[in-house]
Amino acid sequence: NMSGSRYRSRAPRAGKSHEKEYVGFASLPNQLHRKSVKKGFDFTLMVAGESGLGKSTLVNSLFLTDLHKDRKLLNAEERISQTVEITKHTVDIEEKGVKLKLTIVDTPGFGDAVNNTECWRPVTDYINQQFEQYFRDESGLNRKNIQDNRVHCCLYFIPPFGHGLRPVDIEFMKILMDKVNVVPLIAKADCLTPGEIRKFKERLREEIDKCGIKIYQFPDCDSDEDEEFKQQDRELKESTPFAVIGSNTVVEARGQRVRGRLYPWGIVEVENPAHCDFVKLRTMLIRTHMHDLKDITNDCHYENYRAQCIQTMASKMSSDNRVESPIPILPLSTPDVETEKLIKKKDEELKRMQQMLQKMQQQMHEQDL
Amino acid sequence: QDKNIRPLNLAGHVGFDSLPDQLVNKSICQGFCFNILCIGETGIGKSTLMDTLFNTNFENFESSHFEPQVKLRAQTYDLQESNVRLRLTVVNTVGFGDQMNKQESYQPVVDYIDRQFESYLQEELKIKRSLHNYHDSRVHACLYFISPSGHSLKSLDLVTMKKLDSKVNIIPVIAKADTISKSELHKFKIKIMSELVSNGVQIYQFPIDDETVAKVNTSMNGHLPFAVVGSTEEVMVGNKMVKARQYPWGIVQVENESHCDFMKLREMLICVNMEDLREQTHTRHYELYRRCKLEEMGFKDTDPECKPVSLQETYEAKRQEFLLELQRREDEMRQMFVQRVKEKEAELKDAERELQSRFEQLKRLHADEKATLEDKKKALEEDQVSFGKRRAAAQLLQGQSLTANGKKDKDRKK
Repeated sequence: NMSGSRYRSRAPRAGKSHEKEYVGFASLPNQLHRKSVKKGFDFTLMVAGESGLGKSTLVNSLFLTDLHKDRKLLNAEERISQTVEITKHTVDIEEKGVKLKLTIVDTPGFGDAVNNTECWRPVTDYINQQFEQYFRDESGLNRKNIQDNRVHCCLYFIPPFGHGLRPVDIEFMKILMDKVNVVPLIAKADCLTPGEIRKFKERLREEIDKCGIKIYQFPDCDSDEDEEFKQQDRELKESTPFAVIGSNTVVEARGQRVRGRLYPWGIVEVENPAHCDFVKLRTMLIRTHMHDLKDITNDCHYENYRAQCIQTMASKMSSDNRVESPIPILPLSTPDVETEKLIKKKDEELKRMQQMLQKMQQQMHEQDL
Repeated sequence: QDKNIRPLNLAGHVGFDSLPDQLVNKSICQGFCFNILCIGETGIGKSTLMDTLFNTNFENFESSHFEPQVKLRAQTYDLQESNVRLRLTVVNTVGFGDQMNKQESYQPVVDYIDRQFESYLQEELKIKRSLHNYHDSRVHACLYFISPSGHSLKSLDLVTMKKLDSKVNIIPVIAKADTISKSELHKFKIKIMSELVSNGVQIYQFPIDDETVAKVNTSMNGHLPFAVVGSTEEVMVGNKMVKARQYPWGIVQVENESHCDFMKLREMLICVNMEDLREQTHTRHYELYRRCKLEEMGFKDTDPECKPVSLQETYEAKRQEFLLELQRREDEMRQMFVQRVKEKEAELKDAERELQSRFEQLKRLHADEKATLEDKKKALEEDQVSFGKRRAAAQLLQGQSLTANGKKDKDRKK
């Protein structure tokens, strides 16, 4: 089953070098594998949503560690006019020889104040700053050690207590959908029954569609995968947005020690697929689509930012002629109509001045005769 | 806010150890690409070696020895082994080493390599770019075919490799190695390597920084340059058909390690280090090209300490600078214009004054002359009048005297 088993690599087994047709480049995937393990990986995950929706607990559950020891929780009074902060935690984790530099970006204060107008601004500013830093690094002369601090994925926590998306949710997701891969989650899903969850998800999917919110889409799996894999892939897609539960504590359930929440009426197991979609989220986010999230960030979101940035500079440049670009970009084509007109006007003025001077010279010359 | 990066222990299996596999799967979907450049004299066996290495029959045609200049011919093929697709481009030199004057022989090769770098750079600098779809044509490996003279490198070899060593991964091979005996080969290899070292030619070293392959790479580095024999013909040896060349005195088997280094070349070039060759091309040779090109275009790197906070700010600063400069120049021009107008005005005024004074002068002269003339006229008139008077008086006198004379005559006659 996909959720528990190891991710399948499609790299072919080593070829037999004594075979007639052997060339040997089928080892390329293995060479690539070896090099990537040596280089290591990095990933930046952002979590956003109101306080108390279980963001930190979920991150701890996902990465099986405690990233938020000794943090201070604010009380309601302190949060009335709280501004949104951006905090970053970076850790080095390693598993079976694969090194990952993981950065979690938290947005404490989001949606907590009484007036939350434009509470998304610090978030977009942060994302843009990372894009800009990367753009500058990528455009520099010496590109030896560029660090990728761009945000690869944003988990957005939707409270389960209402009926669907609220204005703050819609606004946030719409503004962020062009800058980062947005993955909406139903937080604290242990307060909804399976039927309620189903309805809630349907509602959310409808509203997301209606509002034109573009969330992260899983790419389709290859047609040559086996039927079991394709079935699992379908199930994964149909259960979005994922309803999640997280836990910092380990409890005893069905003879095993598992992460869970202990209630008088039973034990909620985080990793039980019948209880919540935590395992699906972990599979998708970490085991199967982590690299795709990075690729989409690099190939789409970053490229859009870069193109916009250049075009803004270019339009300014064309009205100022001949300003040197601080970064290397291709020389622009013809300046726009406004500039042309201005140039023409100035040319004519100069011509007139020249003619006046000539006339005066002539007059003098005539009078001398 | 950024805490120091600290290593963390995991309490269980998270699953990100699949990251390399995720990367690999994506690459398999996309396919790989590899570009080899073969440099060597006409007839030395470049095409045959490529056919042998890739177990296929690329389109080949015999080149003549009478090419006026060195040319390059590139051909692209799509190969597949298991589920791995490879887009291979083989570039061969045509006419290399045939001309009488070989001073410029390296130039078309350098130009070709630079053109591929330039093409990639252009794509990178575009506003709307698609690097993940880009067909990379940059040369990843350069096989330099050394003639099996048994003595040393040719001067052309040294000159060419020196021009190329900072642009491409050079892998020198001794071609047609079945004409050299084992002992001669050993001496030949040593001579070649020492000539390369003493002339500072940087050939490609198989990487030894990865423990998985360090041992085999180190050992292979010691066998460079590889002495190769190529053949697509098959000969029966024992009970198998093998790629070989049949001579009266024996059969040279391509894949026999005691006959030549073909297997070593295949192992190193394709099976172990193909990805490293691509990586070195991108991170070292291309970056060098890019840096030089951008510096030529006038871009400078600021060091990290004085980097301004935002790119937009850098741009704004430059723009302000430029606008001020523009304003200054405009003011300057305006001042100059005003100045020149004043000067001209002054000149014209002077001219006017001069004219005026000349006019006055002329007027006075004229008046003087007129006065003189008037005087003369008056004098003349007076003369006229006195003359008139005198004439009248004279006439009167004459008349009186006539009358008196007439009366006298009359009186006599009586």
